[in-house]
Amino acid sequence: MSISALLSMGRCCCRCCCPRGLWMLSAPCCDDRRMCVCPGPRRIGIPIRSSSLPLFSDAMPAPTQLFFPLIRNCELSRIYGTACYCHHRHLCCSSPYLAQSRLRYAPHPAYATFCRPKESWWQYTQGRRYASTPQKFYLTPPQVNSILKANEYSFKVPEFDGKNVSSVLGFDSNQLPANAPIEDRRSAATCLQTRGMLLGVFDGHAGCACSQAVSERLFYYIAVSLLPHETLLEIENAVESGRALLPILQWHKHPNDYFSKEASKLYFNSLRTYWQELIDLNTGESTDIDVKEALINAFKRLDNDISLEAQVGDPNSFLNYLVLRVAFSGATACVAHVDGVDLHVANTGDSRAMLGVQEEDGSWSAVTLSNDHNAQNERELERLKLEHPKNEAKSVVKQDRLLGLLMPFRAFGDVKFKWSIDLQKRVIESGPDQLNDNEYTKFIPPNYYTPPYLTAEPEVTYHRLRPQDKFLVLATDGLWETMHRQDVVRIVGEYLTGMHHQQPIAVGGYKVTLGQMHGLLTERRAKMSSVFEDQNAATHLIRHAVGNNEFGTVDHERLSKMLSLPEELARMYRDDITIIVVQFNSHVVGAYQNQE
Amino acid sequence: MSYRLLSVVRRQRTGRGWQNWSSGRSGASAAEAHPVALPAQAQVVICGGGIMGTSVAYHLAKMGWKDIVLLEQGRLAAGSTRFCAGILSTARHLSIEQKMADYSNKLYHQLEQETGIQTGYIRTGSVFLAQTQDRLISLKRINSRLNVIGIPSEIISPKKVAELHPLLNVHDLVGAMHVPEDAVVSSADVALALASAASQNGVQIYDRTSILHVMVKKGQVTAVETDKGQIECQYFVNCAGQWAYELGLSNEEPVSIPLHACEHFYLLTRPLETPLRSNTPTVVDADGRIFIRNWQGGILSGGFEKNPKPIFTEGKNQLEIQNLQEDWDHFEPLLSSLLRRMPDLETLEILKLVNCPETFTPDMRCIMGESPSVQGYFVLAGMNSAGLSFGGGAGRYLAEWMVHGYPSENIWELDLKRFGALQSSRTFLRHRVMEVMPLLYDLKVPRWDFQTGRQLRTSPLYDRLDAQGARWMEKHGFERPKYFVPPDKDLLALEQSKTFYKPDWFDIVESEVKCCKEAVCVIDMSSFTKFEITSAGDQALEVLQYLFSNDLDVPVGHIVHTGMLNQAGGYENDCSIARLGKRSFFMISPTDQQVHCWAWLKKHMPEDSNLLLEDVTWKYTALNLIGPRAVDVLSELSYAPMTPDHFPSLFCKEMSVGYANGIRVMSMTHTGEPGFMLYIPIEYALHVYNEVMSVGQKYGIRNAGYYALRSLRIEKFFAFWGQDLNTLTTPLECGRESWVKLEKGMDFIGRDALLQQKQNGVYKRLTMFILDDHDTDLDLWPWWGEPIYRNGQYAGKTTSSAYSYTLERHVCLGFVHNFSEDTGEEQVVTADFINRGEYEIDIAGHRFQAKAKLYPVTSLFTHKRRKDDVELSDLHGK
Repeated sequence: MSISALLSMGRCCCRCCCPRGLWMLSAPCCDDRRMCVCPGPRRIGIPIRSSSLPLFSDAMPAPTQLFFPLIRNCELSRIYGTACYCHHRHLCCSSPYLAQSRLRYAPHPAYATFCRPKESWWQYTQGRRYASTPQKFYLTPPQVNSILKANEYSFKVPEFDGKNVSSVLGFDSNQLPANAPIEDRRSAATCLQTRGMLLGVFDGHAGCACSQAVSERLFYYIAVSLLPHETLLEIENAVESGRALLPILQWHKHPNDYFSKEASKLYFNSLRTYWQELIDLNTGESTDIDVKEALINAFKRLDNDISLEAQVGDPNSFLNYLVLRVAFSGATACVAHVDGVDLHVANTGDSRAMLGVQEEDGSWSAVTLSNDHNAQNERELERLKLEHPKNEAKSVVKQDRLLGLLMPFRAFGDVKFKWSIDLQKRVIESGPDQLNDNEYTKFIPPNYYTPPYLTAEPEVTYHRLRPQDKFLVLATDGLWETMHRQDVVRIVGEYLTGMHHQQPIAVGGYKVTLGQMHGLLTERRAKMSSVFEDQNAATHLIRHAVGNNEFGTVDHERLSKMLSLPEELARMYRDDITIIVVQFNSHVVGAYQNQE
Repeated sequence: MSYRLLSVVRRQRTGRGWQNWSSGRSGASAAEAHPVALPAQAQVVICGGGIMGTSVAYHLAKMGWKDIVLLEQGRLAAGSTRFCAGILSTARHLSIEQKMADYSNKLYHQLEQETGIQTGYIRTGSVFLAQTQDRLISLKRINSRLNVIGIPSEIISPKKVAELHPLLNVHDLVGAMHVPEDAVVSSADVALALASAASQNGVQIYDRTSILHVMVKKGQVTAVETDKGQIECQYFVNCAGQWAYELGLSNEEPVSIPLHACEHFYLLTRPLETPLRSNTPTVVDADGRIFIRNWQGGILSGGFEKNPKPIFTEGKNQLEIQNLQEDWDHFEPLLSSLLRRMPDLETLEILKLVNCPETFTPDMRCIMGESPSVQGYFVLAGMNSAGLSFGGGAGRYLAEWMVHGYPSENIWELDLKRFGALQSSRTFLRHRVMEVMPLLYDLKVPRWDFQTGRQLRTSPLYDRLDAQGARWMEKHGFERPKYFVPPDKDLLALEQSKTFYKPDWFDIVESEVKCCKEAVCVIDMSSFTKFEITSAGDQALEVLQYLFSNDLDVPVGHIVHTGMLNQAGGYENDCSIARLGKRSFFMISPTDQQVHCWAWLKKHMPEDSNLLLEDVTWKYTALNLIGPRAVDVLSELSYAPMTPDHFPSLFCKEMSVGYANGIRVMSMTHTGEPGFMLYIPIEYALHVYNEVMSVGQKYGIRNAGYYALRSLRIEKFFAFWGQDLNTLTTPLECGRESWVKLEKGMDFIGRDALLQQKQNGVYKRLTMFILDDHDTDLDLWPWWGEPIYRNGQYAGKTTSSAYSYTLERHVCLGFVHNFSEDTGEEQVVTADFINRGEYEIDIAGHRFQAKAKLYPVTSLFTHKRRKDDVELSDLHGK
């Protein structure tokens, strides 16, 4: 794999670039583009120049180092007019001096040992400067497919008595990692004590601890919030008397979607406390449960519990470290609750829910059911400014990031943006050594005057399903930044309706020669073949997101290059992508409509 | 674009020959305004005004039947017939099909002269291309067979192909077959001409009349209910094409006519700049899956794609086949193939892609004959897109069948009775035709088995045998083991195993045959049709004596091989009958006789409540223990002496085997080898099989399959019904005088014919041929249907063949005729005539010397080995 080949692919996801178009490496590696720092157990960086260089070189994540030769090539590629979109500029893009100084440190022995596993890559990159003909290697289509399909999962709602009573036909989900390990999570479950189905995507940052915890726990909080008073009582009584509990959720999980066994007890206790409070609050006056309110409560409560658990700590040192990691990392969440024709979408952060609507003429249009909570959202900017004193108006959002650091304006975890400085310091000091040694956790965001700056409160959108609403796409921003929503909906729509979307050719009265027809048919077949490879709408979408060329068709060569990127480089060219495509049953939806 | 394709109907509205028609041909409005009354009764009602219906009407009228009504739900020739590509090709795989196509060709040729209706008949000839050597072999085999029935054809080089057709790319060809007398014709006009000629001969034709159902009383057609009234009739002919299945089901007692339609596409273009000459030959590129004919100066090209689209599975009925959707994406592979074959066509302008459904049957052969359950209900349908080629001949044979009670040729291969209700499931048909349609252009190699619609009927031992490496073939829906692949052996994949040469299972079958000769093998033969006939008095014996040629009045416990003959002395069935008791008989017939034999027995048995006929096929699992050690295995399992003194050959006894009681043990093996057939009530099947296998271990027992059985029985000159024997062969013609008891004291069906034949001598004789200069490893293998030459003169065709592992030679069975050198007339065949000839068998154009034998090789029956022949390897388990 040659670097020039990578770059000629027309998309450089190295989102760290300097103003005035000067290609530069940011001081802290921005291998997580949401936070200009790279925390996590393995990758610790510091965002300030004053840090000591030896420490820096020890702690610097490998990818950063590897890009040094790349930068040169970046410049080259820029000359060739390659489109690089780097829309997330931020403050910590440092001066040329620092970049050079680091360059000098590149061959440091400490570094060499640090990145031994990637040595061959490093050597190759070095060698690349002398070799003029880059070696080519491509993944075969079956290899590409096995990568794309590794995480795919499909669920069909079972039919009862031959009559499908659920408005959801089923869903397809899949995820493609760019980070290693992947920081995205997904969840899907059917509520057993109430009607409805829950589906969600969670995009973690600064590690996967928080997204993992949210993916495990959030649906329980939602389900509990939706439960009627009597059911809550029944469950509580069962716990109290040691009887078998009523099951609340039926999970639909891919084998890779794991739940942590160690924290299960802790999580259960927090959840139980929550429903006990719900029981106490509701003193018998049974009112209809509002889904919107339930969703908001669940989100806020879970975030609160995450924060509390980190403050309280746990005698078990493993658990103690876990809850701290959960709290100090962050996650966005986009959750859909479908019950009959009632569709609620609760969103926190910049994942997105998109409804696929088929117009009467068969064409597809996209209806956005969530608002992104980031700098592109005026209302969010307004909200942040209102929540903090006027003198912070300039510092609260800088370089399109919260406090110049965080891209999403709402998130779970991320206590660094929620706790007071005192609390942060106290927790870190009493915390385990790993935490104490972690430069990232110790680092207090600049201009940190009036916390909290961040909330997990979701924005809830309600939509009443109509027969023309065929499917819902929930996806993390990894998808939305590579594809336009209209394309996403069209591709899924055409995939789900099968090959018939290609208008059958009719010669009609036109003059068509056999040769022309043959050319046309061959082209159409090539287009179709990519559809046939996938049994899963989400996989199909990922194939397009990663492999689309400028004509909007999947280019195998491109797909192969993108998927064979080394672990360290992948993050430069794409983000983790997680997609759930929920298919609705138009007949059931139509029947609901007719009932009223 | 609603023009009438390939039809010149409009022109002929004013033509002669239409005056006799009694319905509103001049326009729908006229017909509706003045509904024409149908006759109240007729001798024959024919359903379907396509080429089949009109051909049947034409031939019936020619044979002197006048009281005929033909009903068509839409307009005449408006179904598949209208859309047919109009290619008449005689190059068929079955002899009977070749004969039908040849007759059709001759009929259509003179039809214009006879009726004055233009049929567009042009003798273009056709060229069959071979891209591979295997395809060329297949063509050579067809070529040999065409030549002997008098249809000129030759194998030509690619260079010659280029001369015959200017546009063809011949660079990838290895050869081709040229059939110069093939023709193109407008099928709709042929149907109209046949209808016109028929109506001149008195046939009444009504269009826009739908048949609702056929009324049946006591198993006999009595009337037809139409949307315009009822017609009483004796005979009903279902020529409803793709609607034949639905029409058959609409009866109160349904008639199963297993066929299913698939979409079929062909392309029409505008004329070339220099239009093709009208006699440009039709091209069939089977390897490219396409056919190409000239059409009004342009081309018409279609094909049989690998992924057919079945339609009308739910049985939607339409009056006429409206223009179905053109599906260019589906046609793309065929278009690519066309442009590869004729690259110059790139610039040719498209006129239209025609979608015309064609009907296919489960075994790629058409369906004709009388319903097994309803007398007088005849069927002619399921043409596998060769309706035009077969139309004339098939119509003639069916007419003969109705008028004379029998067609003049053996049509068992096309007989409706080869199917039963078990092939009638919509799902089965839908799946099977998806395999059949591509098969039209696939390479047809010996021993091909269908892959779809399998595992319908199985023996209870299926799983056991499958686990032991059984490979399966299917007959009449029943799975039968071909051979058993040892665990250490890998066979070729299905596609690669297609060959005209020595197959990959050769060694496997050899070891099975060897084990049958030296130790003991067990073959699951449960598929055989088994009937029980019992009566209160002597009725059973009486009726069987009348139906069968051998003497069945034998002591209880004896088994008799006998033929069930027709009036002409021909075999309707060849079976073994065991006398279980004074008044009960157990009858074993070939698997595919289940429907035919039942129908024949029912037809000829008196209505007598004391006489009971029962189909017990499903009740028994049959294990065939073949080999010298079978005696030892059975006596050990039953504690009963099984030696020939106690249990002579052709004897039947109910006894216990293992724990299971009531097993019918018969001392016969259908191969001439020593051994036993065990008829086991199915619930004991697994137990008996397990016991036999475990006890047999020390005698070297192993599983064997039908391929071993076939090799054994053919080397012993055992003829099988359906392959060697048919309704036109008599026992005397195959040396079975000893199985016919002309003097058994009472008359039986066919006795007169046999007496006469005995006096006059036979005109053909089943003969065994042993190939002499044939190299099993390098030469093409015989199959069946190879021409036999006697002293250089064509003398007949082979009917079956197998490699004899004992003789180490190929053995073919076949009939030898004595065609007069001057007149070509058939003359009496004597033993002397057979013995004095020098014989050659033509395998794909190459003639191999063969020794003719009228009786089996005697050395095969002596099993005793000399003591000094024993070697150490005999101690090994087999």
